[in-house]
Amino acid sequence: MICKRIIPCLDCDLAVPEGRVVKGVEFKQIRYAGVPWQLAKKYYEDGADEIVFLDITASHERRETMVHIIEKTAENVFVPLTVGGGIRTVEDARKVFNVGADKVSINTAAIQNPDLVNQIAKYFGSQACVVAIDAKRRYVKSPKEAESRIVIKTSEGYCWFECSIYGGRKFTGVDAIRWAMEVEERGAGEILLTSMDRDGTVEGYDIPLTKAVSERVSIPVIASGGCGTIDHVYEVFKETQATAALAASIFHYGVYRVWEVKEYLAKKGVNVRLE
Amino acid sequence: MEKKTVKVSVVYYGMGNIRSVYNALKYVGAEVTVVDEPSKLKNLTMEKMVIPGVGAFEDGMKNLNIFKEKILEAIDLNIPILGICLGLQMFFEESEESPKVKGLGLIKGKVTKIKTNLKLPQIGWNKLKIKRGDCPLFKGLEDGYVYFVHSYHAEPLEDVVVATTDYGCEVTAAVWKNNVYGVQFHPEKSGRIGLKILKNFLEL
Repeated sequence: MICKRIIPCLDCDLAVPEGRVVKGVEFKQIRYAGVPWQLAKKYYEDGADEIVFLDITASHERRETMVHIIEKTAENVFVPLTVGGGIRTVEDARKVFNVGADKVSINTAAIQNPDLVNQIAKYFGSQACVVAIDAKRRYVKSPKEAESRIVIKTSEGYCWFECSIYGGRKFTGVDAIRWAMEVEERGAGEILLTSMDRDGTVEGYDIPLTKAVSERVSIPVIASGGCGTIDHVYEVFKETQATAALAASIFHYGVYRVWEVKEYLAKKGVNVRLE
Repeated sequence: MEKKTVKVSVVYYGMGNIRSVYNALKYVGAEVTVVDEPSKLKNLTMEKMVIPGVGAFEDGMKNLNIFKEKILEAIDLNIPILGICLGLQMFFEESEESPKVKGLGLIKGKVTKIKTNLKLPQIGWNKLKIKRGDCPLFKGLEDGYVYFVHSYHAEPLEDVVVATTDYGCEVTAAVWKNNVYGVQFHPEKSGRIGLKILKNFLEL
């Protein structure tokens, strides 16, 4: 059967020629972690099942830099590569596919133009179309207070989840759980679900969010945001239907190697790929 | 002793992306030529042929047909051929995906939609179950995970299945008939195992 995936994520700042991998805290403060293609190669050799590159600058003029990063990476890394950040059109997607990317991840452009999901799925196949959702908890006193939303009970109280765009800088009023269900209908092959409340906190994945989305769609959900320990990864697979876990800082700063996480999961009975 | 490079022609017939196949073959030491028209397929100097491809059977055959004569000639010349994904499927006589379209017919049988309760397409890493350890593609390998993206698979009428995978039912993962080899998964995206399979193919 299909195994659970461990996906290192490279947040790329493209302001320098080869790009650089950065890690923010709650979408803000920045630290540098290395050169994108070199880190990708290291993670691949360590057993990563897939690698995600996110252009956090998402600027048009630097799109070529991302194309070069993927081109260089694809010469040395032989697992699926996903590219996100600033992909707004089928043409943008084609450029990264042509140099060796396997999937594109779209967020802002998909919310603004939902047909883009259908188009990418149609031209390149569902397997190549990942929709990224950056979700933020919005607490309410009771489910009645937000009747048009899907309200989830958490240990901190009732909340619904709001989609944000532009790397967390703008909120949309869109219900993240409903949006996940809609993009599945539109042909998305996968959902990259990031908790904005947890991102960069190393407190663990947002379990209620991940559970709520992964139980309502049948496409794979990649849990993201908040991973700080090996047990957080185990927890998200045990408690939710997520089929992949994305992490950045635990790998960038050498807290764990990818293979350590996978060996630990295997020992706990999770179906993972060991080489 | 100096290592000899193997001359591989990758047939590009406009279906899907061949960049990753090109990169992976190069990585394991092949001298790769991408061939986009039949006249460029040099059956007398080429040592191996690879037919990759992603997409629908009908579009694939429509585009591949111009290469058919050359491919059949290469098979007669005993040149090893590797079909990947749609490339494998087109080795068969027909496909449920496009019932009116004829395949290359190199192997008897047809391509059918996977009969599973699980979601299609199958996308992801699944375990390869090697049925025929004597198949040269699997030299030095044990069962391990490889990367699949497909909704259809081959149901041969000949005894050619050399590996399967379990996706709620038994799915054909690899076939072998004389000098014709086919893999349903993507060796170019399957990590070390995938590279080893490609390397084994080069060493045939």
